[in-house]
Amino acid sequence: MLDLRDSFIAGAYIVAAVLFIFGLKRLSSPASARSGNRLAALGMLLALGATLLDRQILSFGTIAAGMLVGAGIGTYFARTVQMTAMPQMVALFNGMGGATAALVSIAEYLRLTSAGEATGAGETTSIVMGTFIGAVSFTGSLVAYGKLQEILSSKPLQFPLQRIINTVILLAVILVGAAVVMNRGGTAALWMVFAGALLLGAMFVLPIGGGDMPVVISILNSLTGLAAALTGFVLHNQMLVVAGVLVGASGTLLTLLMSRAMNRSVGNVLFGAFGATTAAGAAGTDAVALPVRQTTAEDTAIALAYARSVVIVPGYGLAVAEAQHTVRELATDLEKRGVDVKYAIHPVAGRMPGHMNVLLAEANVPYDQLLEMDQVNGEFAQTDVVLVVGANDVVNPAARDDPSSPIYGMPILDVDKARNIIVLKRSMGHGFAGIENALFHHEKTRMLFGDARQSLTEVGQALKLV
Amino acid sequence: MSIELVLGIYVFILAMFVGFEVISRVPSVLHTPLMSATNAIHGIVVLGAMLVAGAADTPLLHVLGFVAVVFGAANVFGGFVVTDRMLEMFKKRQTEKTDA
Repeated sequence: MLDLRDSFIAGAYIVAAVLFIFGLKRLSSPASARSGNRLAALGMLLALGATLLDRQILSFGTIAAGMLVGAGIGTYFARTVQMTAMPQMVALFNGMGGATAALVSIAEYLRLTSAGEATGAGETTSIVMGTFIGAVSFTGSLVAYGKLQEILSSKPLQFPLQRIINTVILLAVILVGAAVVMNRGGTAALWMVFAGALLLGAMFVLPIGGGDMPVVISILNSLTGLAAALTGFVLHNQMLVVAGVLVGASGTLLTLLMSRAMNRSVGNVLFGAFGATTAAGAAGTDAVALPVRQTTAEDTAIALAYARSVVIVPGYGLAVAEAQHTVRELATDLEKRGVDVKYAIHPVAGRMPGHMNVLLAEANVPYDQLLEMDQVNGEFAQTDVVLVVGANDVVNPAARDDPSSPIYGMPILDVDKARNIIVLKRSMGHGFAGIENALFHHEKTRMLFGDARQSLTEVGQALKLV
Repeated sequence: MSIELVLGIYVFILAMFVGFEVISRVPSVLHTPLMSATNAIHGIVVLGAMLVAGAADTPLLHVLGFVAVVFGAANVFGGFVVTDRMLEMFKKRQTEKTDA
């Protein structure tokens, strides 16, 4: 039987688990999403509070110090990060969770072995797997962070014998891990599993292109959930198992939904090394001869001012230039002139699904002006001017027309059907997929080169003089 | 196998089904906030870090426990706050916000 204290802890855990489930449920609909997140946060607070009553805890000094530092760092970064840098922030927090799971597994192993307690094979297996998965998630997330933050090249990084080397490391880790489970090798072997997994995590994400990072982060997210659940087996704590598995399962489903939005299979994302081989050939042959028609801010302003309907297609270029407010101001000025302005949002525009909606909502763009891909694609033929702001792959007609293109089959915005197309872009550089975009060479297309915010400001000024 | 492990496996499998079912229909607009929220929830692992740090009896375990609690707490607090900031953008706006 449990005494009063243990019963209270168990009860609090059950309530917390229910709050997590209801929180996730409410997060599936825009109207209730915010309350869902707060419900889950409440559940977390309850679970953490109840844990403090656990008899296994002998001293609170280390916990208090760690909590203070960790909560301070987490809250500070979460509050100050730019909306545009949100995806890499999620990656970073995910990596920290992975590291926690690995460290908890290792620490518990050290405690058990030094205390001379007998550990079952089930527990030791959980320890080895928790260490492995947590460490993979840690370095994998750090690399994903580096790619999105552009500390590392967002291009797929490949080197010879990559797969063979990865396989060898993986096999070695499995062997050493098996030795730990069979009580041979001890702590040194577990540290080796940890080190090998750290290496594998980085090697696993490095060859994946920046465009696929949302899917990768989602996978790593569900892996961290799994690692957390495994620590629950080690510590005999059902709260960890429930919450960890909830994340592992919903994260897996989310990964599938995301890759479906991009019309790619998860396997293709992970092992396709997208764009590294095909793009080199395509870019080399086509890029040289094709003409590009440039335009000026003044001409763009005139084209927009005399259009009846304008559709703005925001992409990652808008996000990096933080041009969401400038584009909204331009749209408001156009509306005052009687121009019908809409925004076309591709499901994977920006770097995460929903990223663009968040940015434009931040700039007070009304909901009813945001059109999803299916709504807007029929309208392009009646659109006078499409203004593409820093989007590339999501408007590449090759995805629709060219079966040899690596992005063939990805649903795109059919902007090439519009009467005029103006593309704001930093340079003729490639998008995330690293491939040539025929839209930029189309006879209806005019290019306005420069930083998106700078260009939009100039267009806005020119518009006042029209 | 201990009875606790068997129970754990039960919980694992049932929670897996709940996890799949609970978010089966989610619009793509919410993919990022949902990922961010689940990211915060797996920060629950800080609970394990607390147990380890609280029971630590060697300097090495104290260090491991401390680092684990720091990372885990950053995951939890940062995760929920960042998700809240994302979702804040979805609420109805009454007042015009000035440009930063």
